[in-house]
Amino acid sequence: MLPPRKTRRARAWFVVWPKVAAAGIFVLFWQLVVWSGWKPDYVLAGPADVFPRFWDDLGINADAAATTLQSAVVGFAIALLVGTVVGIGVARSKILRSALGSMITGLQTMPSIAWFPLAIVVFQLSSGAITFVVVIGAAPSIANGVIGGIDHIPPVLLRAGRVLGARGFASLRHLVLPAALPSFVAGLKQGWAFAWRSLLAGELLVLIQGRPPGLGRRLDVERQLNSSAGVMAVMMMIFIIGVLIDACFFGTLDRWIRRRYGLIDEAAMA
Amino acid sequence: MSSLVHARGAVDRTSIPPETEVRSAATISAPPDAAIALHEVSKVYGHSGDAVHALDRVSLVVATGEFVCLLGASGCGKSTLLNLVAGLDRPTSGDVTVEGRATLMFQEAALFPWLTARGNVDLALKLRGVPKAQRRTRVDELLETVHLREFDGKRPHELSGGMRQRVALARALAQDVDVLLMDEPFGALDAMTRDLLHDELEELWNTTKTTVVFVTHNVREAVRLGDRVVLLSSRPGRVTAEFPVTITRPRRIEAHEVADQAALITDQLREEVRRHSEAT
Repeated sequence: MLPPRKTRRARAWFVVWPKVAAAGIFVLFWQLVVWSGWKPDYVLAGPADVFPRFWDDLGINADAAATTLQSAVVGFAIALLVGTVVGIGVARSKILRSALGSMITGLQTMPSIAWFPLAIVVFQLSSGAITFVVVIGAAPSIANGVIGGIDHIPPVLLRAGRVLGARGFASLRHLVLPAALPSFVAGLKQGWAFAWRSLLAGELLVLIQGRPPGLGRRLDVERQLNSSAGVMAVMMMIFIIGVLIDACFFGTLDRWIRRRYGLIDEAAMA
Repeated sequence: MSSLVHARGAVDRTSIPPETEVRSAATISAPPDAAIALHEVSKVYGHSGDAVHALDRVSLVVATGEFVCLLGASGCGKSTLLNLVAGLDRPTSGDVTVEGRATLMFQEAALFPWLTARGNVDLALKLRGVPKAQRRTRVDELLETVHLREFDGKRPHELSGGMRQRVALARALAQDVDVLLMDEPFGALDAMTRDLLHDELEELWNTTKTTVVFVTHNVREAVRLGDRVVLLSSRPGRVTAEFPVTITRPRRIEAHEVADQAALITDQLREEVRRHSEAT
C-alpha cells in the first residue's frame, strides 16, 4: 500500500514550519539579549519595540523599497544583456577569451563599492552612477555563468548536435544555450546578490539629488536620528525582500531547472 | 616470426567450413553502388615521437543497403573510422567517400536532457527544416517504430538505458539518412534488452534498407547482425580480415550457426592477439 499523498496544505506547512520555528528561535534569542541588559534598550531595541515600529514605518519603507528595487531591476536588466553577450562572445571566440576571460573574473573580485567614487566623478550624483555600479557588480557574475555553462557542456552532446546538423545560430539556440541554462541561472543568482549589495551600500553612502530615498538612505536617516528601532525596522524590510527574491524567486527557478534537467533525484535525496 | 602486417588473408583454409570464406581486403574492388568507400585512409594523432596511428591505410567498401559490422578490441580505431565517415573529422591521408548523408549513434544515447523524448526527435526534424505541421505526425511514427509512443512526454532521466537508445535510434532515423553509423550503441545495456534491440534493429533495417555500419567488440553481436564482419586490429588500426555472414534472416543470437561462425571469428581474433603480443 502506498502512503497517502500529502495534501497541498500539508506540504506547504511541511516547508513553512521549520522556517517559522527558526525565526521564532532567533526572536527569542534577541529578546534574551535585550533582557540581559547588555545595552540599554534605547540603544539596542528589542522585538517589542521593533515589530510595532515596522508596522508604523511600513508605508515609508515600502516606498523606499520600491525605489531601491526599481534601480536594482533596471541595473540588473542591463547587466543581464551585457553579461550574456560578453559571456557568449568570450566562450565562443578564442581571441576574446584570452583578452577578456581573466579580466572578467578580476572584475568580479573587486568590491562594487569601490566603483562608486569613479562613478560619481563620471556620472555626477545621478542615478546613472548607481546604475553603473549595479551593472559592473552584476555583469561579471552573469558572464561567468554563461561561460561556465558553455564550457561544461558534455562533449558528447556537442557531437550529437553536430551530427544532427546544428550549426551557428541554430546550434546556439537549440543546443548551447539550453545546455548552459543551469549554470546561467546560477550566475544570475550570484549577479543579483552582487547587484543588491552594491546598490544598498551605495544608497547608504551617497545621497543622490532628486531621487526619492531608497532603503539604504532610510537606514542612514534612522541612524542619524539615533533610532535603533527605526534602523532595525528597515533591516527587517531588507531581509524580507532578500528572502522573497533570493529564496522564493531564484530558488524556485533553480529548482524548476534542476527538475527539468533531471538533476534532482528523489531516491538519492531520501 | 610473423608480425601483424602479414595478418591480411593469412588463414589456414583447411579448418574453415565450405560455406564461409575469408577474403582479404585487397581483393575487394569498389563496386559502383558503394555507399561508403575508404581508400588508404590514415588518421594520426599527435606528432613524431608520440604519434598515435589510430588508422593506418585502411581501405574498406560498403555497398548500398549492406549491414557491415566492424569488430575489434577497444582502442583499435573503430570509433575514429566512424567519425571520419560521419564527417566529424578529417583523415590525415587517404579518401573517404560517402554517397548521401550519414548520421552517427553513440554508445551513450546523448539525448538532450532538457527535452522530452518527443522533443529530442522533433529537434532532429526541426534542424532539417521540416515544417511544424508535418513534424508532429512524423515524430509519432518514429516513436511508434521504436515502440515508445506512450513515453513521448518523458525526459531522458526518466527513461531506462534501453529506452534512451531507442529514442536515440528514432532521432537518427528522423534524419532520413542513407547511412547509419552505430558506435557500440548497445554496449551499456543488459543482455535481454540488447537481444530485443537486435531484433528491432534488424526489422528496421529490413524496412528502410539503410546502409548500416555497426561497431562492436562483441563477436556474437557482430555475427547476429551483419552481412559482413570486418576485423580491425589495434594500434595501428588496420583491416585484418573480413568474413561474409550468409546465415538466413531473421537470425537468433542463440542459433548454432551464429555460435559456430562467432567461434571461428573468435579463433581468428585470438590468433591476432597472439601474433601481436609475440611481435612486441
